[in-house]
Amino acid sequence: MNEIILTPKEQPSVPLELLNVNPDTVAGKSIDEIRQIKIAHGNTEVELSEFFNVKGESSENPSEIRIVIDGDVYNTKRIGYGMQSGEILVKGNASMYVGTEMKGGKIVVEGNVGSWAGRDMEGGELIIMGNAGDYVGSAYRGDWRGMSGGKITVHGNAGNEIGEYMLGGKIEVKGNATTLAGIHMNGGVLVIHGDATTRVGGEMMNGTIIVKGRIDEFLPGFKYHGIEKNIEIDGEVIDSSFYKFEGDFAVKGCGGIVYANASKNGHIVP
Amino acid sequence: MEYIIKNGNVFDPANNINGEKIDICISNGKIVEAVKDSAKVIDASNKIVMPGGVDLHTHIAGGKVNLGRLLRPEDSKDFYESKVGNKRSGSGFSVPSTFMTGYQYARMGYTTAMEAAMPPIMAKHTHEEFLDTPLLDKGAYDLLGNNWFVMEYLKEGNLDECAAFVAWLIRVTKGYAIKIVNPGGTEAWGWGGNVQGINDPVPYFDITGAEIIKGLGKVNEMIGLPHSIHLHCNDLGQPGNYETTLKSFDLLKNIEANPKYGERDTSLHATHVQFHSYGGTSWRDFESEAPAIADYVNKNDHIVIDVGQVTLDETTTMTADGPMEYDLHKLTGFKWANVDIELETGSGVVPFIYSPKSPVSGVQWAIGMELFLLTNDVNKVVLTTDHPNAGPFIRYPTVIAWLLSNKYRTDLIENSLHPWVQKKTSVATIDREYSLYEIAQTTRSAAAKVLGLSETKGHLGVGADADIAIYSFDPETQDPSTEYHAIEEAFARAKYVFKDGEIIVKDGEVVKPEGYGRTFWIDSQYDSELENKVVEDVKIKFKKYYSINFDSYRVHDEYIRKSSPIKLS
Repeated sequence: MNEIILTPKEQPSVPLELLNVNPDTVAGKSIDEIRQIKIAHGNTEVELSEFFNVKGESSENPSEIRIVIDGDVYNTKRIGYGMQSGEILVKGNASMYVGTEMKGGKIVVEGNVGSWAGRDMEGGELIIMGNAGDYVGSAYRGDWRGMSGGKITVHGNAGNEIGEYMLGGKIEVKGNATTLAGIHMNGGVLVIHGDATTRVGGEMMNGTIIVKGRIDEFLPGFKYHGIEKNIEIDGEVIDSSFYKFEGDFAVKGCGGIVYANASKNGHIVP
Repeated sequence: MEYIIKNGNVFDPANNINGEKIDICISNGKIVEAVKDSAKVIDASNKIVMPGGVDLHTHIAGGKVNLGRLLRPEDSKDFYESKVGNKRSGSGFSVPSTFMTGYQYARMGYTTAMEAAMPPIMAKHTHEEFLDTPLLDKGAYDLLGNNWFVMEYLKEGNLDECAAFVAWLIRVTKGYAIKIVNPGGTEAWGWGGNVQGINDPVPYFDITGAEIIKGLGKVNEMIGLPHSIHLHCNDLGQPGNYETTLKSFDLLKNIEANPKYGERDTSLHATHVQFHSYGGTSWRDFESEAPAIADYVNKNDHIVIDVGQVTLDETTTMTADGPMEYDLHKLTGFKWANVDIELETGSGVVPFIYSPKSPVSGVQWAIGMELFLLTNDVNKVVLTTDHPNAGPFIRYPTVIAWLLSNKYRTDLIENSLHPWVQKKTSVATIDREYSLYEIAQTTRSAAAKVLGLSETKGHLGVGADADIAIYSFDPETQDPSTEYHAIEEAFARAKYVFKDGEIIVKDGEVVKPEGYGRTFWIDSQYDSELENKVVEDVKIKFKKYYSINFDSYRVHDEYIRKSSPIKLS
């Protein structure tokens, strides 16, 4: 693996967008050429080197490139946009749209990220060690065709409406999620290890949501199917007892499944 | 500035010019006999020269268009253009923003576009969007087919009062024509229903679609409007609706055209007829009845149609036909927006995907093509996609190429479209190809004539506005029938476009983005005494039912950048 190390200088108050800095676009470029890649700074364009020190070694083959952002880039958006192969490691926080439209490869963010992480993701792996904002693995605003593949893991907490209009792939949140996790979900798997406040699976058509913690307030559009033990999802067995629900009957033709941990959710069972 | 366009192959059907090499002289925004030696020469050798395109049915400004933009942010995701110099940025594939609308039409050589559905109470909004729609001449049709006043006057048989009301309303809203959408059906939708066919009475008003169509058809000629009534028939998009369509057409048969301006000789313009030419009883036995419709158009002289050609794209449907949009939402499960527009009309917006692989979409495509190809006289059939309902207007070059090339159509039918296209329609058996002359008719002269604008639009004779499109395609050496991708590209990005004698597009790019066209509107009064009486009646209803004050209804001159009233004497 060849590493290209981008050390952030000061983060500007107007956001940066690393739309075209990923292993696929830097492959075959010299370090000097990478320094000159134009990135968006608000409504103007600047060279990458204006906000990052660039060193390391590139490769002809994008899958042999790891881009390391060596510091906090809390005001830098669209890291790994549309990425197909290789790796990106962010050793700090990142702003919105990490891994948006990602098709392959791997992104690891050691800190927290803003909203829309993994929006419209098709493949690859996105790992966030800290917290994520709203709309993790969702669809583009307005669209009804969201994340279709790949895997997102958030080790901290996530915000509202994660997995919105999800069609496939897997999202795993190790911490808690807030309102409307899996809204309009139409496929794929969403696992929340912590609590999931309210309205899990609102208007979901299909797919599976597993909540290992507590659902404070559940929607009325779900049919209760009893207790299920040691459920198997994607070949993986989760050994606990779960209340099984089907819904959301607020939409016609629904067939989504919500599993809620039986030891914490007695209050939502009819 | 004076120009002379030399050596082009000119297609100007209104003046019977079919590809001949004629020099076009331009001075002060008009086409003139001759220009001074100092005139700038534009070399159009090996190129097509046509009048600027005229779109007589499009949805580009106003309440429901903007609702479409709000409902569909994803429509802008991958389709946008940046600011370059004075050219503004914009976005939207099927519902583009206002500035981009102007630029996109201009790039294709279109210079006039009419907004086909303006609720009178939304007139200010429509004109405000026109203020930001550059380059085009434009106008807007007032929705009147579900208007309470119209229905009451017609119910009581008060045609004179109705004419006085309609003339007043078109004048104060700065509208251009009478638009009728699903007559009676949108009002019935206010009660949660719809009307079926033309003889189903509207709740409370107890008047039928047939009575509304015929009544407004008469009123149109009593006022003497340049355009005929512009009719979106009942039962849009329903299998088996062609019978309703033919019955609706027949209502206007004995009404004589009486325009006080322009050269129109027809009493009915039926719009997006593709959506109204369906046979069968359900989507399972759905089939084309376009041959029956085309046969009617061929045999009758009181009618002009436009097609509403399906372009096989993901698009946004939007119409004042509220109940139809609700049905579409239930059918597809796609998101839906609905608006009730007080005493006047309603509207709905739903995204739609015309997939080539879908049997129904394929048949819809074929029905549109049949209407074009089975109508003998191209002066009776105008090219539209009912933008954005059957497809965005930026696909006009593709539709033109389909009409010019049987090979292009055959490739599509055999390789991309569902087998239903060959089973349920006759399109595969038709090998007719339009000539470039006929393309100029269906996109220019026929539209200008039925709008009543043929004095200055849709032709290149002396006295016409110098709205001219020049396309890089040599009809002497190239054959559009085989080189259909070349003609498609040529019509998508014109070599030059003149608007009022100025070059606005060069090499497919907008070079004069800051120009603004006229807004046509009809300044007429049917009978001043009667109008005063009618307006008193309107004022009472305003106080009682409207959400705005009467004085806020009128569209003031400030709302129009370049006013072009047509005064009817």
